[in-house]
Amino acid sequence: MDASAAAAAPFAAGVDFPVVVDSGHRLGELFGVVNVPSGIWVDEDGTVVRPPETAYPAPPTFASYDLEDPKVVASLPAAAVSRLRTVQPHLKAMQIDPEGYVGALRDWVAHGPASRFALSAEEVLERSRPRPAEQAQAAAAFALGQHLHAAGSPEPAVAWFRESHRLQPDNWTYRRQAWSLADPAQGPTEQYDGHWLADVEREGAEHYYAPLELEPRRRG
Amino acid sequence: MPVDQLARETGWEVKPEGACRKEQCVPLPPGTLRDGQVDLAAFAERMGRPLLHDEPAGLWSLGPSGGGRAMTTVQAPDLVLPTLTGEPFPLAALRGKKVLIAAWASW
Repeated sequence: MDASAAAAAPFAAGVDFPVVVDSGHRLGELFGVVNVPSGIWVDEDGTVVRPPETAYPAPPTFASYDLEDPKVVASLPAAAVSRLRTVQPHLKAMQIDPEGYVGALRDWVAHGPASRFALSAEEVLERSRPRPAEQAQAAAAFALGQHLHAAGSPEPAVAWFRESHRLQPDNWTYRRQAWSLADPAQGPTEQYDGHWLADVEREGAEHYYAPLELEPRRRG
Repeated sequence: MPVDQLARETGWEVKPEGACRKEQCVPLPPGTLRDGQVDLAAFAERMGRPLLHDEPAGLWSLGPSGGGRAMTTVQAPDLVLPTLTGEPFPLAALRGKKVLIAAWASW
């Protein structure tokens, strides 16, 4: 969901699956993706069997550094240690369940439609996010921002990005993309009212991702 | 907007009787289609989709339908996105395999 292939390419070197660039956030428009990483399951016939949900293949690397260990601290640049001390408690508070997610994915790969993690059509639609009219507008505003930024007009792009944030404040992909174009570290800038750390602190890291609901919902 | 461009961008074919996508057809107000051109504002309004305009750049942006949920069908959309080297890659090229769409970003 990067702004360009150039931004994404270093992170996709050597992978053996297709990688595509979604600068306009079509995944947000078509499926309701609002943060990364998100996973969507599509079966052999092109039927969606799980709508977007938090999809960590493993715990985030930055959460795994043991900052109590002097050897680990000595191996990292001082600025990185300081940043990690601030960010790590938030990363650890985020609701992710890599083991559960990967387990469910493997179960579906092995058992297909018989896997309990392959959801009914009714439940897929019910689980997909509500889209009030202003969020539909947010998608159109964000796409304008990305287009204008890519076309070399960063100032009008900022106005449309801000509009997308106003219209859909709970969309992290709109915020993180815009902030990172203004400052790769997503710190405070003149262009935006919020920034990554401030927004995570205000909203609470435990709400950064919706909790995974792997099991199908039981109906009465 | 020319009829064929709208079909390419949105999957909706505008005909005299209305806009059609697969088995679904929606009647359009008279005058929406004229000389092979679709009145995009009339189309957007009828479909419940926002149409934003950046006047200085002369750009229009058509959003998704609002008022319901993000997904209205479990049939995967005809999504085509460019690979890292710019070739168009249709999601449908993976039909016959299980697909995990992994949404990620460098930020």
